[in-house]
Amino acid sequence: MSAIIETQPAVFPAQLSRHVGPRETLSHTLTMAYRALLRLRRTPEQWADVLVMPFLFTFMFAYLFGGAIAGSVTDYLPALIPAIIVQGVVQASVVTGTQLREDMDTGVFDRFRSLPMARIAPLAGALLTDTIRYAVLTVLTMLVGVMIGWRPGGGGAIVLAGLLVILTAWSLSWCWALLGVTARTAGTVQGIAMLIMMPLTFLSNAFVPTQTLPDWLRVVAEWNPLSHLITAIRELANDGVFGADVGWTLLGAVGIAAIFAPLAVRAYMRKA
Amino acid sequence: MPSTLPDRAIEADGLVKVFGTNRAVDGVDLRVDTGTVYGVLGPNGAGKTTTISMLATLLRPDGGNARIFGHDVVGEPHTVRQLIGVTGQYASVDEKVSGIENMIVFGRLLGLSHRAAKLKGRELLEAFGLAEAAKRPVGKYSGGMRRRLDLASSLIAHPPLIFLDEPTTGLDPRTRGQMWDVIRGLVAGGSTVLLTTQYLDEADQLADRIAVIDRGRVVAEGTADELKSSVGTAALQLRLADTAQTAVALTVIEQVLGVSATATPEAARITAPMGDPDRVTDLLLALRERGIPLAEVSVTKPTLDEVFLTITGHATDDAASAEHETEEVAA
Ligand SMILES: Nc1ncnc2c1ncn2[C@@H]1O[C@H](COP(=O)(O)OP(=O)(O)OP(=O)(O)O)[C@@H](O)[C@H]1O
Ligand SMILES: [Mg+2]
Repeated sequence: MSAIIETQPAVFPAQLSRHVGPRETLSHTLTMAYRALLRLRRTPEQWADVLVMPFLFTFMFAYLFGGAIAGSVTDYLPALIPAIIVQGVVQASVVTGTQLREDMDTGVFDRFRSLPMARIAPLAGALLTDTIRYAVLTVLTMLVGVMIGWRPGGGGAIVLAGLLVILTAWSLSWCWALLGVTARTAGTVQGIAMLIMMPLTFLSNAFVPTQTLPDWLRVVAEWNPLSHLITAIRELANDGVFGADVGWTLLGAVGIAAIFAPLAVRAYMRKA
Repeated sequence: MPSTLPDRAIEADGLVKVFGTNRAVDGVDLRVDTGTVYGVLGPNGAGKTTTISMLATLLRPDGGNARIFGHDVVGEPHTVRQLIGVTGQYASVDEKVSGIENMIVFGRLLGLSHRAAKLKGRELLEAFGLAEAAKRPVGKYSGGMRRRLDLASSLIAHPPLIFLDEPTTGLDPRTRGQMWDVIRGLVAGGSTVLLTTQYLDEADQLADRIAVIDRGRVVAEGTADELKSSVGTAALQLRLADTAQTAVALTVIEQVLGVSATATPEAARITAPMGDPDRVTDLLLALRERGIPLAEVSVTKPTLDEVFLTITGHATDDAASAEHETEEVAA
């Protein structure tokens, strides 16, 4: 097994760079995203949540609550579909953190640390690939909605709605990435994330109109950032309206990414 | 290779790494010349992996400093990473994807194009006898295959310095021999290799110089011959048919071999350092003349334990704890 090795002399790089440039950083990030794609292909179970949730939750909520909350299933869909999408991508973004933790526990991350590559690439690449999962979930939920009678009236703005939700999920996933890098096990990430996200998704305007809530809870639900996201998606998809909630959501998403991305990378580098 | 290659591949001064209260590496100095194989020998927990991790920029030293081809591991980690290949103690490859996919990802990260990475990957997998398994997920590889893939991954860029942390632990004798050939091939190609091992024999076969480390310190350094002569080359072990003759036997050994032998407390076994194998014949004849029948004769090479015992004055931790256990059982 040594035939070729002997004929290949060691190479002392002609030029040594002291830092990773932006172009290399991009290339390394894309390579890491490519790797994540390879892994996704080999582990179909990782698609389960984004493939099953759109059907399961849409049908369940539409037929269970449609009549009670909106009078009929069709009347409930304009409010429900955006809510299902948001709830779905938020949960899917948690998976980003748990998978990152699992991935980092495997030996291959030791090799990444010893390679002359951009330190942010392992995180950024993984998060980039996960936007594909968010996109699948978003499109699938929309299709399921149309299938059972949703008729979004916003026209082309529905594309913007989809992009906004994917962007927000991507920003959020930096929080879980930070948690993923610092937590001891994937289970810890899952546990903590659920503890935060369960109340956040349900104490919002997602599934019930906030007018029906007691005063104190209504305040909570209206302040909930996810409510702003859901309202933004509803307005864009159903009416093509570019309202204040879109602005708030964008601001929130960029803010979260601006805070948590550097924290996550710092924590990762410290471990590295 | 440019002729400007520095003479020293590794220079480490007083490296320290502390985990909690445990000084895992406690002031290690190393000098490794370019183009040589350097062996770091030590028992479990001696600090071998921790030392490599600091030299390979994976861990930040808590004290001291180290340079790889003149580049500081803390100050210029990115530069250092362009000069090294690391094969860790535990395979650092992606289990979920195939061998060739691993090689493509690592190759891309090292700056090769997708095509070049694939070509290089194929070539290395072929060289390491993994061509047939190239498309199978690494999770289904055997331990030896994983080690080979791991080493192949470290060679994509043909780095001038290669760290191998216990490259042959867990390999069968044939694969171990192949791994030795690979290491020799690497050095023939101009690479510098730093390898760790728990086997004196392996360091002896491969390394130009050896550092013995124990409890985070270098306790001896030199060529294999220098180390071995400090412990004696080999030992002659005799078991007498009649233990009552032990004292006489010891005298005979003293007379014939000119060395003083030791007998185990229950006098079942006599051990004598063996300088010149020729004299053993004389000894055996002398014992027969005196009517001292032997139950068993054997020759043992110095083990890592004996090197340790001699150099540090205490046994390796494993041996020590084993003795400890026996004592407790007896008590
Ligand atoms: N990340 C860590 N955190 C805490 N302690 C550690 C860590 N890594 C190593 N140690 C401790 O440092 C000491 C040296 O460990 P190291 O892995 O360097 O030994 P080694 O010589 O490579 O041993 P082995 O032959 O078993 O691989 C051990 O006591 C170990 O428990
Ligand atoms: Mg080790």
